[in-house]
Amino acid sequence: MSEQLEQMTPELKAFVTDWKAKPGNLIMVLHQVQQTYGYIPRNIAIEISEMLEVPLAKIYGVVTFYNFFKLQKAGKYIIQVCLGTACYLRGGDDLVKEFERQLGVGLNATTPDGLFTVEAVRCLGCCGLAPVVVINGEVHGKLETKDVERLIKIYRERG
Amino acid sequence: MAYQSYVLICGGTACFSGGGDKIVEAFHDELKAQNLDSTVQVVTTGCLGFCEQGPIVKILPQGTFYVQVKPEDVKEIVAEHLVKGRVVQRLCYDPEQAKKLVAEANIPFYQKQYRIVLRNCGVIDPEKIEDYIARDGYKAIEKVLFEMTPEQVVEEMLKSGLRGRGGAGFPTGMKWKFAQQQPKGQKYMVCNADEGDPGAYMDRSTLEGDPHSILEAMIIAGYAIGASKGFIYIRAEYPLAIHRLQVAIKQASELGLLGKDILGSGFDFEIELRFGAGAFVCGEETALLQSIEGNRGMPRPRPPFPAVKGLWGRPTVINNVETLANIPVIINKGADWFSKIGTATTKGTKVFALTGKVNNSGLIEVPMGTTLREIIFDIGGGIRGGHQFKAAQTGGPSGGIIPPQFLDTPIDYESLAKIGSIMGSGGLIVMDETDCVVDIAKFYLDFTVDESCGKCAPCRIGGRKLLNYLKKISEGRGTEQDIADMQQICDAMNKASLCGLGQTASNPVRSTLQYFMDEYMEHIKDKKCRSGKCSKLVQYKIDAAKCKGCTMCARKCPAGAITGSVKQPHVIDPAKCVKCGACEATCKFGAISHG
Repeated sequence: MSEQLEQMTPELKAFVTDWKAKPGNLIMVLHQVQQTYGYIPRNIAIEISEMLEVPLAKIYGVVTFYNFFKLQKAGKYIIQVCLGTACYLRGGDDLVKEFERQLGVGLNATTPDGLFTVEAVRCLGCCGLAPVVVINGEVHGKLETKDVERLIKIYRERG
Repeated sequence: MAYQSYVLICGGTACFSGGGDKIVEAFHDELKAQNLDSTVQVVTTGCLGFCEQGPIVKILPQGTFYVQVKPEDVKEIVAEHLVKGRVVQRLCYDPEQAKKLVAEANIPFYQKQYRIVLRNCGVIDPEKIEDYIARDGYKAIEKVLFEMTPEQVVEEMLKSGLRGRGGAGFPTGMKWKFAQQQPKGQKYMVCNADEGDPGAYMDRSTLEGDPHSILEAMIIAGYAIGASKGFIYIRAEYPLAIHRLQVAIKQASELGLLGKDILGSGFDFEIELRFGAGAFVCGEETALLQSIEGNRGMPRPRPPFPAVKGLWGRPTVINNVETLANIPVIINKGADWFSKIGTATTKGTKVFALTGKVNNSGLIEVPMGTTLREIIFDIGGGIRGGHQFKAAQTGGPSGGIIPPQFLDTPIDYESLAKIGSIMGSGGLIVMDETDCVVDIAKFYLDFTVDESCGKCAPCRIGGRKLLNYLKKISEGRGTEQDIADMQQICDAMNKASLCGLGQTASNPVRSTLQYFMDEYMEHIKDKKCRSGKCSKLVQYKIDAAKCKGCTMCARKCPAGAITGSVKQPHVIDPAKCVKCGACEATCKFGAISHG
């Protein structure tokens, strides 16, 4: 899969310079990379490897170990369906299936229009609202499968 | 400052995302419009705990407690309550008993609770250090730095009997003592805020509601063990908690409570945040340290324990958020006071995130020794929708499932271990008869298999094998031999795994096998799942007497499993049926059922 080259931003460069001397900096730097681009682009990983003098293999070792880091660009709206125990008991997995069905994509895949990515995530810590879905930081609680269509429509209309 | 009333609005994640932010705005606007903004103060607090009924607004000094408040209710609260002094009854927890129940203290949800850890949550504005100081905040630091030697601090911790709230229950004072006894030099104090159990959010709420208490405790611990540097390892998934900690660290530094020469005592201590990145195993001490060092979070064998050889090979104490939140109070009120609360072996209180099929989900704090029955039925208000209590689950993926016969067990570390579960970090999930134990065990194993770091074979392979067996049983292909094999794997994982994750990962299976063997047998012998959760075992049937032969179901069926002529009763071929339920949903005559 061809991947577009991302540009190292001045802010990211400053961040890396700032953290370079601190021990155990790699994960904090990777968080900053993901915050900047929404994922860890390969060419940036290579640049980071040179700047921090850390082997690229170690960077990928860390990136692939932690669930939080992504290697692919996600859709504009990231639909995170909570599958913590409380949400699971109250039907979280049904919500996943319904999102998959309505959007026609599987988990961690992005719709062809680049609008939506569906993710199943670990407990988000608002169990009182179970089952919960978070779309780009907005929390939607106490959902039923029939709410899925409405939610998709809201975000699709925002474009 | 002479405010006559205070409006406390819960700023916990559940309430805030349920519209709390708009309520804050509405109060500001409305109070301004009524010229009350100089006499009524609006405070956004930490989690008030009663998440089920959120968003929650509390009015002081009366202590009136409004539930499920909407932005459009604000006008009425201001006009009625704050201007005329009349309680808005329709927004009280139980309108019929509104006269009695207006105050928080009278709501059953709060009556059995005892708040030490959550003492400031929902009371102070977590982003104002002045609020924390006004409630005896940072007083313990003064006492420790000027009146006590490090040895005395450790002695006080030992005497209090405080045990680690992260799950294992190791005495906190012992940990500190080991680290203190190490030769002088660089030592580290680490706060474990990598709360990863599904269904648990105690630490998140404490950090969001009372971040300064954690900083204060870390400074005390640093002084006791001789560390000048602290790290808070926190989940990146908790942005609000991270923000509040950052604000708190900045405020404390400005007042000279963090940094060089704290309050002129000559003691230096600084705190840095480090983010987790979504790996459950990083809650394990040695894995957590690896992660702070910027590596893959894989545990290593102990000993040497972190107190001897921790971060970058230096002595390190790691305490969990809830453990730390107890410490300033213990210093202020004394170990004797603290050790009077709780049971013989377990002192103090425990915070639980009470969730699942219970009426009042929320965050609760109870003295150790409270029974599950009191928690679930008195505080939690019983089971939702008139269903039957089936089991409670504590300790998340590392814990066990507790059947009804143990409802009256007083909760402490030992009693829970005796009945096959663990205290864990504080997730307490209630299940009813519509939940299937095989399905639950499968859910937890799915989690631990996904989160196993893969370093040691018992956990990596054993977990996968257990999951495969559970899948097999849930699909009706299980045998009695499978049960025996599973028991053997459980034992091997428990004895041979490298870290706590692997050693406890089999607990959900062990405990369900122990208490719900009959349900496993039903799946294996009768090919039946009584709750209907295991979809492969569900049978769909058409009642010939009710079927009108409209053909709707046959047209909806994606597998072509339904046959029949027009106006004649239809039948489902179980071999072809994929149990999607589309037929049942589409039948207008209620002729299709499953069981």
